[in-house]
Amino acid sequence: MTSRKTIFQYGYRRSADQGKTRPAHHPVVIIGAGPVGLALAVDLAQRSIPVVLLDDADRIGEGSRAICFAKKTLEVFDRLGCAGPMLEKGVRWSVGRVFQGERELYQFDLLPEGGHKMPAFINLQQYYVEGHLVERVADLPLIDLRWRNRVSAITRHADHAALAIETPDGPYHLTTDWLVACDGARSPARTMLGLDFAGEVFEDQFLIADVKMTADFPVERRFWFEPPFHTGQSALLHKQPDDIWRIDLQLGRDADTEAEKKLEAVIPRITRMLGHQDFRLEWVSIYKFQCRRLERFVHDRVIFAGDSAHQVSPFGARGANSGVQDAENLAWKLAAVIKGQARASLIETYNSERSEAADENILNSTRATDFLAPHSEAERTLRNAALSLAQHTGFAKRMVNSGRLSVPTAYANSPVSTPDEAQWEGGVSPGTPIPDAPMVDAAGKMMFLTEALGQDFTLLHRANGQTLDAPKGVAVIGVGTEFSDTEGLLEKRFAIPDGGGYLIRPDGHVAARFYHASQGKVAAALRRARGG
Amino acid sequence: MPEPKLITENRFPDPDAAFRLIVEAHRGLSEEESKALNAKLVLLLANHAGDLAVLKEALEIAKR
Repeated sequence: MTSRKTIFQYGYRRSADQGKTRPAHHPVVIIGAGPVGLALAVDLAQRSIPVVLLDDADRIGEGSRAICFAKKTLEVFDRLGCAGPMLEKGVRWSVGRVFQGERELYQFDLLPEGGHKMPAFINLQQYYVEGHLVERVADLPLIDLRWRNRVSAITRHADHAALAIETPDGPYHLTTDWLVACDGARSPARTMLGLDFAGEVFEDQFLIADVKMTADFPVERRFWFEPPFHTGQSALLHKQPDDIWRIDLQLGRDADTEAEKKLEAVIPRITRMLGHQDFRLEWVSIYKFQCRRLERFVHDRVIFAGDSAHQVSPFGARGANSGVQDAENLAWKLAAVIKGQARASLIETYNSERSEAADENILNSTRATDFLAPHSEAERTLRNAALSLAQHTGFAKRMVNSGRLSVPTAYANSPVSTPDEAQWEGGVSPGTPIPDAPMVDAAGKMMFLTEALGQDFTLLHRANGQTLDAPKGVAVIGVGTEFSDTEGLLEKRFAIPDGGGYLIRPDGHVAARFYHASQGKVAAALRRARGG
Repeated sequence: MPEPKLITENRFPDPDAAFRLIVEAHRGLSEEESKALNAKLVLLLANHAGDLAVLKEALEIAKR
C-alpha cells in the first residue's frame, strides 16, 4: 500500500544543453517540481525571468501529502493564473469541530467575514495542485521543465553554482547564477551541501490514510481527543474531492509500525471510526513527525525553499502553505536582483523574513503536536485538565490545540519595511500581509483588491484631489478616484486618511504606509523595500 | 530585572480557611483524581491572573 499510483505522467526530453562541450549557463535553476518549485518557476517567468526546472521523476504520484490550501496560498495561485480550476475542484471549508469522546467541545469558523475573493481554505489533493501548476508552466515558454533530470552534485561558488545532472541519456553539467532547492524534506541538495537540519522528532506514531466512500458528513474539519472509536488517542477526519476522506489516527509511541501498516490492522481501525465497512482504502502510511529547519536558507547562490528549508508536523497545514509563501517572497526579490533593480543583498531578506515565518510555523506546529502527544504523565494531566475545563469555560477552549491553522506571517522585524512615521488608528502595519476587499472600478465593475494588484509594487492611495506621480515600478490604485469603496471595507480594513496611502509589495505585504503620501516618501520606501 | 508583579504577601482575611478549602477538596480523592484537580485549579487561576509575567514569576518561585 505504500507504493504510489501514478496520477499524471510526463515525458523526458533531451535538452539542447546536453552534449555541449562547455556547460550551459542559466540565470536561475530550480530543483524539484513540487508545489514550491512550480510556483516559483511560474512567478519568475511571469516576471520575464527564464527558468530551468529540474525534477528527478517524470510523474506525479498519489499519496498522503498536503490537502489544505490556505487563503494566502490561493491568492498566490490566483496571481499565477491557476487558482480557477483549483477552486472549482477543491472542497471549500471554514468550520472545524473539536470533540472529546462523544462530546463536542467547541467549533470554530476560520473566515466569518465576507469581502474576500478567496475562501479560508480549500481541500485539494496535492497532485491536483501540482497538475494545474504543470499545466500553467506549459503556457510559459520561459520555463524549461526537465523531467528525469536528477542533480548528482552541486558546487558552491561566491557568484554562481555548478551542477552535475544525471538523465536517461547520461550526465551533463550546468552553471547558474542562482540555484533554488525545492527538493522536499529529504532534500538531496541539502545533503550534498552537508547542511545540518536540526530540530525535534516526536516519538508518537500516526497512521494517515485516504479512503474513498460516499458519505453525507458535513464539510468540516472534525477532530477528536480520546474518541470512542479509538481508545486513548486522537483522530482527524477531513473531506477531499472525489469522495476521498483524509484520516489521521494517533497510534502512540509503542505501536509496531510494520504490523500497523498491514491491511488486517488498518481496515478494522477505520471501520471502527466510520461505523461501517463501505469504503475503499486508497492509500495508507505510518509517520513520526518532525519540526526542523536549516539555520540559514541562503548559502552563497544556493537558496532553500519549502520543506527542504523547514519541516513541520501536519497539524495546522503549515507545510505546503509556507513553502508556496517562501516561493512568493523569493520570486520578486530574485527578479529584482536579476534585472538590476536591487542588489544581491536583497536575497538576505528572504532568509530573514522566511526564517521568521519558519520559526512561527515550527512554534505552532510543535505546540499542537505536544498537546496531542504529551511527553510525560504530568503533561498529560494538564492537557486533560484543559480538555475537561473546555466544556464549561471559554479560556480553556482557547487552550485546546488540535492544530493552529496556517495564516501568513507578518514580518514584524523586516529591514525592508519602513516604520510608521506616526501612530496609526487601525489599518495594516508594515510587514503584514494585506487583507482583501471589494472595490468598484470606473466602469462600475466590481473587483477585489487582490485582483487589482499587478506584478510589481502598488500604491493604494486616497488621493484627496491631488494626483501623485508614483516612481517607476509602482502602480497606483486610487481609492475614491478610479476605484470606489462602495462597501466601505477598504476604509474599515485599511483606515487610509485623505491624502494617505499604502505601499504594497509584490507579495502583498505592506512595505510602508503614509499619512500624507508624497513622491519622495514613496520613492524612499520603495528603495528601502528593494534592500536600499 | 523588571519590577515583580506577583503578589506574595497574604491577601486572605483568613488564610487558614483558604488553605483548608484547597486541602479538603482533595479528601477522599485518588492520587490521579487529586492530580487532575490540581491541574484544573492551576489553569483556572492562571487564566484569572491573565498575565504571563505573573505566571512566570509564580513558576520561578514554585520551582525553587
